[in-house]
Order: sequence, then structure tokens, then C-alpha cells
Amino acid sequence: MPTLEIRDLHVTVDEADGGTKEILRGVDLTIGSGEVHAVMGPNGSGKSTLAYSIAGHPKYTVTGGSITLDGEDVLAMSVDERARAGLFLAMQYPVEVPGVTVSNFLRTAKTAIDGEAPKLRTWVKDVKQAMDDLKMDPTFAERNVNEHFSGGEKKRHEILQMELLKPKFAVLDETDSGLDVDALKIVSEGVNRSLASTGPGVLLITHYTRILRYIKPQFVHVFVDGRVAEQGGPELADSLEETGYDRFLTRA
Amino acid sequence: MTDTVSDTTQELAGPPELEGLGKYRYGWADSDTAGSSARRGLSEEVVRDISAKKSEPGWMLQLRLKALKLFARKPMPNWGSDLTGIDFDNIKYFVRSTEKQATSWDELPADIKNTYDRLGIPEAEKQRLIAGVAAQYESEVVYHQIREDLEEKGVIFVDTDTGLREHEELFKEYFGTVIPVGDNKFASLNTAVWSGGSFIYVPPGVHVDIPLQAYFRINTENMGQFERTLIIADEGSYVHYVEGCTAPIYQSDSLHSAVVEIVVKKNARVRYTTIQNWSNNVYNLVTKRATAAEGATMEWIDGNIGSKVTMKYPAVYLMGEHAKGETLSIAMAGEGQHQDAGAKMVHAAPHTASSIVSKSIARGGGRTSYRGLIQVLEGAHHSASTVRCDALLVDTISRSDTYPYNDIREDDVVMGHEATVSKVSDDQLFYLMSRGMAEDEAMAMIVRGFIEPVARELPMEYALELNRLIELQMEGAVG
Ligand SMILES: Nc1ncnc2c1ncn2[C@@H]1O[C@H](COP(=O)(O)OP(=O)(O)OP(=O)(O)O)[C@@H](O)[C@H]1O
Ligand SMILES: [Mg+2]
Repeated sequence: MPTLEIRDLHVTVDEADGGTKEILRGVDLTIGSGEVHAVMGPNGSGKSTLAYSIAGHPKYTVTGGSITLDGEDVLAMSVDERARAGLFLAMQYPVEVPGVTVSNFLRTAKTAIDGEAPKLRTWVKDVKQAMDDLKMDPTFAERNVNEHFSGGEKKRHEILQMELLKPKFAVLDETDSGLDVDALKIVSEGVNRSLASTGPGVLLITHYTRILRYIKPQFVHVFVDGRVAEQGGPELADSLEETGYDRFLTRA
Repeated sequence: MTDTVSDTTQELAGPPELEGLGKYRYGWADSDTAGSSARRGLSEEVVRDISAKKSEPGWMLQLRLKALKLFARKPMPNWGSDLTGIDFDNIKYFVRSTEKQATSWDELPADIKNTYDRLGIPEAEKQRLIAGVAAQYESEVVYHQIREDLEEKGVIFVDTDTGLREHEELFKEYFGTVIPVGDNKFASLNTAVWSGGSFIYVPPGVHVDIPLQAYFRINTENMGQFERTLIIADEGSYVHYVEGCTAPIYQSDSLHSAVVEIVVKKNARVRYTTIQNWSNNVYNLVTKRATAAEGATMEWIDGNIGSKVTMKYPAVYLMGEHAKGETLSIAMAGEGQHQDAGAKMVHAAPHTASSIVSKSIARGGGRTSYRGLIQVLEGAHHSASTVRCDALLVDTISRSDTYPYNDIREDDVVMGHEATVSKVSDDQLFYLMSRGMAEDEAMAMIVRGFIEPVARELPMEYALELNRLIELQMEGAVG
């Protein structure tokens, strides 16, 4: 079974004043394919940092530890190599790419990931179907990537990519934030379709248990101050809802 | 005439190290038989010889001689780019590639056909995307074809030398009226030694519904190319003219100094599209100007990708009420390149409108400048002008400047000016790369997106070619 393994990961960022600041301070996580791991934690605890570090954003420097995908050293790979190896990140704040249409972007990405251009006829059908499932208006295909998209539309667009690119492991960084109740359901169903069809491992970063009613995690990790403070089953999420993060913070 | 191909080709066929602008996509050269007899340097004798070889009427010779005097007297521009690398004594001012004009593809000499095959002209023709091809090889048009129905409609589309020979009255009426002989040093030079180019006349009310295209090449070392284009769109007519340039690599500097004059009469519309892709040693100093009469529309679409230095500011003189002028331009500058490009709009009548959109990309230490002039003359009330120039810097060693000049002599006008300079952001690159695209591919996608508002106005095959060129250039831009 394919596994994404994160061992004792330490990550720093460069500060504006020239110094460096350690954000991740020894993260351990193991995700098997088909598993859903929820990561919850206070603002600023380093959840997005973890997500970006897995994907390889140049802003983050790994100073210790390892990330492996089926034993392969992910940290030695460039951003695009990681994507082609099967990693996917649905971003908390997807960026705009002016002048590039969604359909062009999706086709280019698919071609890059698969190493060959998708068969035109089935591809057009697949895109249409996936957009339909996510209740995205067909006109989005001809709009520029994320340009003038609403917050919720950007999130749907991220899940659209996940469905079409079929990664082995997907990190979803607050995909539920900013979604209305209906959109939350629609997007969750998209993730569940992926889980049912290609069965990727999913790392689901969220602040709310609401999404966990639709996407059932097997594991919940409490992320505090740059590391996993506690892990458990789905019931841990419910207890967080009641008690908050206070007990972890005081312990730290 | 032999079919030997120069060393340049072998170099290109070697390791796939096409590092963007450093090496040139069409970097081959045919055997240089045609240019060997041409002399270097400029003198009255050379000018007389050019005119005599073409058996021109006396008035043209006199005009050429007058231009030569003005050329000598006019100062070099002391603004814009560094032009000190031009050695006027080391340029061939006239090169004849074949003795007579070929009338069909089959009659073209083998090496010229070979060149055009690589430029894809026959394919373009097959696709019926072009109405006629006036292919300029060195200084004279050697291949010319025009669709029959155009001829039936009375459209004239010939090389400029033929235009002078066969339509002298019409030619004389307009030649040098938009850009006078002494307009600037390089316009004078062109007038003195011009050769080739296109002459187009569209009769009243005639719409030419497919673009007319011409391809240009410089093929002789140190040879200057001085083509001269004159387009007259009579009342209520429409024509789209497309000009594309490619050239092989040479060691020494080359000069391309063209003049394009366009007369857009009442309610007529002309669109002029250029993709300039000279090799990186060419000084590209072109004067382009149009006059637009009442209700007329002139559109310049100008892409500057190659050359060492380009100085080019297509102009529209809005002479009649409700005339419109538009310039869309793209400039790309890589290592050792300076693209000093822009536009000039002169509002000389009420209710005239102009719009300028300029997109430039600098990388590898290259430099782009936008230089624009908006003039609103007294009495040109209710005129409106918008300027938008966006510069994209691909790295931190490249440079971009904006030099907007306004000269407004009328109160009742609407002016808009927006300028941005942006860098390719880490976050954009990361986003695309996290979707599997390699860095150069991601960079090319961002750059293509940046110029898309202009690129979508290009004919399809030019847009595709432009995309390929950007990809090639980005291969050398990263890593
Ligand atoms: N360049 C930087 N300089 C200083 N601090 C930084 C820099 N970049 C990130 N940080 C800090 O790193 C910490 C972790 O940020 P991160 O975005 O990973 O948090 P998060 O857990 O995703 O928070 P949220 O729940 O609000 O999304 C924050 O305190 C942030 O301010
Ligand atoms: Mg975050």
C-alpha cells in the first residue's frame, strides 16, 4: 500500500529582518492510501507550512527530518517532480494566473502529470462531467485561472483539479473555509468521489468538524506549535469542538 | 547556385541547447551568392545606381538624392537606444537576389524555396489563410501571387517597385505624404535607398476579408534592408496586412530600417500586424505612420521579439472627426536586447479616440522601454485617449522603463493612463509547478497569459508561432 511518511520534520522561514524562524518543530505523520487524516489546530500553528513543505514551496526551508513517498525521498524532488510522483495540494489561497484559461491550465497540467496528452474526446467529456458534478458553470472553463473567482469558486476549482489529476496523496488546506452549506456538501462529495474511485491518501486541514460529517476521517491529529500534539480517532475532533486547544497550549 | 547550408545550421542541429534568444530558431542561411556583388557604403553613386537598375522615373531619383542629402545632415537620435554600433560604411544598400521576379512557386530558385519551406509559407497558403504572398527575399520581391477575386475587385497588392512601375500616378500622389522625406534620419535613409516592400490599394467600399501577408528576410551579411510599404485604403474599405520577419544569425551588425505609410480614408479601416523576429544582431529602426480621415480606423498590432535594438513607435494621425487609432504591442527583450517601442497618437480633429495597450517582457538582463506620445491639438475637443502599459520582469537583472509624454492643447478631453511593472511571482510559479509543469513550462504559461490580451488579436498561425517562440525563450530563462 502506497504510504506518505513524514518523520521528525523541521522547517524554517526567512523573516523580513534577515533572521530565520522555525515553524515546524518535529512533525511525524504517516498516511496510507485510501486513508483520511484530519489535521486541526489553532491559527498560526503551522498547518499550511506543513502543506507547503510537502509540496515543496521555495519559501520554506527543511532543516531536518524526512518526507518519503513509497520510500522515495520527496525532499530531493522539485515541486513539479513531486506533483508527477502523485502529490497534490489544494491550496488555502489559490493564486490567479491572468490570461490562462481554466481549460488550458487543466489540459496542460494533465499532460504534465501523465507524461502524455489526454485523449481529446474523453478528456473533454471528463472535464465537463467533473465540472457538472461540482456544480461549476461550464463558462468557468473559458475563464482565467482563479481570476475574479469568489472564495468558494476557487475551492471548487481546486477539487476539480484533484478529481481530474488523480493524485496518490492529496493535502487539502482549509478547503472547507469560506464555503456555504451547499457548497461544502458539493465539495465534500467531490473528495469522496476521488476516495471511492482512485483512493488517494488525504490530509485534510480544517478548523471545523462540519466537513468531517461528510468526509469521514479515520485519524485526527491535533496540531499545536509546529508539531502533532495528540492523535486519535474521529471522536477527538468532537472533543476539540467542546474544549478547544487550551489544554494543549498550556501543556506545551 | 549551390545548396550548401551554412555552419549555423549544423550548430543548431547539434545538442538541443536552444537557449532561447541566444540561438535563433530560423538560424540558417542560404548560400550567399546574391549578395557578393553588392558594394558596401553609401554615396550618391550608389543611390543613382539603385535607381538606374530599377529604371525609375526621374522624380523618384531626385527624391532619393534629396533624401540622401537630408540623411547626411540629420543628427542621430540621442534618445532611446544606443545606436553607436551601426557602421553606415559597412552596409550593403542594395542586393538583388534574382534577376527577374518569379511568378509562381515552381519558378523560385531552389535555395529560396528551401528557405520559405522552413518558414512554412506553402502550408500557410494551403490553409487558405492568406490571400497572396509577397515574399521579400533580400531586397526584391521574388515571389508574388494574388487571389483572383481580389484583382477583380480592383485591389492592388504588389511589391513597391512594381507599384511604382505600374501605378505611377497613384504612387506619386501618396508616396512620402505621410512620412516626409526629411521626417527623421532613418526615414531619410530609407527614402534614399528603399527597395521592395508592399504597395496596396483598396478601392472604395471593398472589404478584403482575408489578411494579406508578406514575409521578409535579411540574408546577406551586413546587408541593410530598407523596404518601403505604402497602403491606401479608399473610402469605406477594409484591409488587414500582416508582415512577419525572421532572419538568420550573423556575426556582424545588420540594419533594418523600413518605412510604412498608410492612408486610411473616410470610414475605412486598416489593420497592420507585424511580428518582428530579427536575429539578435539587427538594429531595427522603423518609421510607421498612418493618417486616419473622418470616421476611419487604424489599428497597429506590433510584436517585437527579436533584434538587438528596436526603436519603433507606430503613429496614427487622427485627421478627421470620429477617427480612431489603436496600437497593441508586445515586446520581449532577452540578453543584450533593448526593445524601445511604443506608440504615437495625434488627435487633430474633434471626437477622435485613441487607445494604446503595450505589454513587455524582459528577461536575462534585457531591457524594454515603453515610449509613447499623446498629442491633442487645439480644437480636437471631445477626444479620448487611453494608455495601458504593463511590464513583466522574469528575473531581477532585467529592466523596464516607461516614458509617457502628453501634449494636450484642449480642455475638453478624456485621458486615461495606467502602467504596471510586475515580477513573475514565486506563488504563481509554485502553483503551476505543483500541477506538474516544469519551471520553464510554467514560466512560459505565465508569460503567454500576460500577453494574451494582445496575442488573441493575432491571426491564428502567428499566435501559435508566438507561443512557440515564448517557449523557446523560456527554456533559456530558468534554471
Ligand atoms: N516569512 C515569515 N516570517 C515570519 N513568520 C512567518 C513567515 N511565514 C509564516 N510565518 C508564521 O508561521 C506561522 C505558521 O503559519 P501557517 O500559515 O503555517 O499557519 P496555519 O496553521 O496554517 O494557520 P491558519 O489556521 O491561520 O491557516 C505563523 O505564525 C506565521 O505568521
Ligand atoms: Mg493555513
